[in-house]
Amino acid sequence: MSASSFKLDLSRRRVLFGGAAVGAGALLTACTSNDPGTDAQVKTNASGDANAVPGQKVVIGFSAPAADHGWIAAITNNAKAQAAAYSDVELKSVEAGADAAAQRAALATLISQKPTVIVMLPHDGKELNATGLEAMRAGIPVVNLDRAFPSQAAYRLQIKGDNFGMGLAAGDYIGAQLKAKGVSNPIIGEIPGIDSLELTQERSQGFNTALQAYGFKVANRRPAEFTADSGQAAATALLQALPKMDALWNHDDDQGIGVLAAIKQANRSDFFMVGGAGSKSAIDAIVADNSVLKATVTYSPSMASSAISLARLIGQGKGLSDLVELQVPKEITLASETITKENAAQYAKLGF
Amino acid sequence: MITETAPPEARTERRHLDEGLVRNLGLVGVLIILVVIGIITRPELYSDPTWVRNNVLVILQQAAAIGVVTVGMTFVIIGGGIDLSVGAIIALSGVWATTLATQSYGAGGMIFTALVVGIAVGVVNGVLISYGKLVPFIATLAMLVSARGLAAQISGKQTQVSANDTINGIATTKLIGVPLLVWILALVVAAGWVLLNRTTFGRRTVAVGGNPEAARLAGINVKRHTLYLYALSGLCCGLGAIMLTSQATSAQAAMANLYELDAIAAAIIGGTLLSGGRGTIVGALFGVLVFSTITNLFAINNLSTEVQNMVKGGIIVAAVLIQQFRYRSLTQLLKR
Repeated sequence: MSASSFKLDLSRRRVLFGGAAVGAGALLTACTSNDPGTDAQVKTNASGDANAVPGQKVVIGFSAPAADHGWIAAITNNAKAQAAAYSDVELKSVEAGADAAAQRAALATLISQKPTVIVMLPHDGKELNATGLEAMRAGIPVVNLDRAFPSQAAYRLQIKGDNFGMGLAAGDYIGAQLKAKGVSNPIIGEIPGIDSLELTQERSQGFNTALQAYGFKVANRRPAEFTADSGQAAATALLQALPKMDALWNHDDDQGIGVLAAIKQANRSDFFMVGGAGSKSAIDAIVADNSVLKATVTYSPSMASSAISLARLIGQGKGLSDLVELQVPKEITLASETITKENAAQYAKLGF
Repeated sequence: MITETAPPEARTERRHLDEGLVRNLGLVGVLIILVVIGIITRPELYSDPTWVRNNVLVILQQAAAIGVVTVGMTFVIIGGGIDLSVGAIIALSGVWATTLATQSYGAGGMIFTALVVGIAVGVVNGVLISYGKLVPFIATLAMLVSARGLAAQISGKQTQVSANDTINGIATTKLIGVPLLVWILALVVAAGWVLLNRTTFGRRTVAVGGNPEAARLAGINVKRHTLYLYALSGLCCGLGAIMLTSQATSAQAAMANLYELDAIAAAIIGGTLLSGGRGTIVGALFGVLVFSTITNLFAINNLSTEVQNMVKGGIIVAAVLIQQFRYRSLTQLLKR
């Protein structure tokens, strides 16, 4: 065999492989398209309310972490969409980066640009406390979204969800359902999110408090990590540990996709499940009523939309029209609402 | 070359085999102990034969995706490298395979995409390490960060639900009563065993990991072989991504979190030398099964995952200590 024929063969092979690689590359590049189709939660007071009338221009600085979770993504989308709905609001969004230090740096730049109001969802309330104080001292009112600052002086308004209340609502729904069914000694499972987080512990405390009122308790608890694959693993383990179960609370609808998959894979339907957060897919599943998921308790990212609206009012020196006071209140904690098949239609717009 | 009174080829071979056998028996012993603890602590569950059978399948099924990844990881480690990017490659492959555009090509398109993305990222790792002369730890660490970044970019940080029944069906399909995922794991382990123990590729892997310079002098293209090893690891990750996507019926940028650590740990307690040149596929499989069984044991006893992680850490340390001790005493024995 001659060397040249070998070389020729090799080059032909190369061309073949090269062509295949280029083709695969072209196909793959086409495959990254996702067509997001943003369904943001926007509300402007369309009625003849004085607050709806465009007022003086408000520049809102906005910062939220770049976490890879649907809820955080919805927070940013909502803030942008809500700001765009007002003709008198300009939103200056800064990337918060990967950690608290990066967010501090981003906010320092933002403060120097002197926006009218700053809305921020801190990586960590404690770590961004000093930044909140700095902005307030510079005369820029700060709206803290969801993760509280320790210092009362570091914010003008705090708007947050209710983690304890979420657990309370889930426990209450499960307790009432089981009581109505006449189950005396029910087996209840729980799948929390990342267990080391304070918010997870508050949710579990609320859940236990509500169950205690009915004389019930959690039989097994398998934490996941707010991702669908970890939810699948946690649920598979839980189902194996409890061959018979009456009710299950899963803290997070995003990981709930995996939890529901695991339940389907294990072919189980002996219990009902309550979700958490209120994602669009969870609400759809509740409406369809063809899985064990019968309810979900909200922790809605719509709070970002509300935060922008309130920041606008703060910037214009206006209050909430239904309240007697002339200014926006200092703290707002949103109630965790229970979405069931009966009221799901109302919430369809709020799913993320 | 050192010319000692080298023992005949066959004898070292048998000694090596024996040692591998002893280690695997040790891991089987650990598995048995874990099951016995399970029987003692939850006798009411273990008294139901249907539950027991189902439990074995669940343990195997939950070990399937990480098991496939561990086979690839074992090759890389035996070849003297390390791949810290396996979790990130799974996330990127999974996310890329579940975009609306890819899903429109059907199950075949999704599987093709996941595998090609996995191999491609592995090839990039391999090129950086072989030809860019980057330390494997640094190159794959950089890949860990950037592949997850790209996955987050493509997915828009959202969980991408798979609407494809064929893909989702992989996790629910059973053949002769055994889940398809377990069959895939068995096939990959068998293929890995043959590749490592019965082919030139396997011999070269051991040679490259044991002494790259000697391997080069012996006529092995070390750079190209290293490239192949990372591509193989990438392929395993692509396959793992399909399995995991099917189980979770979705993919997202944060999926397969810390899989690199689980895979490395399983390979190590299975008897793979972190410095390369030695390792077994069957041992790695047992390593994965030990972890999967521990998770199951802690779940059925409702014990916290914190304690579970501490026990896992303890087992890794114990396995490496035993490995060092045995390796030292073996070399001493050979010197004598």
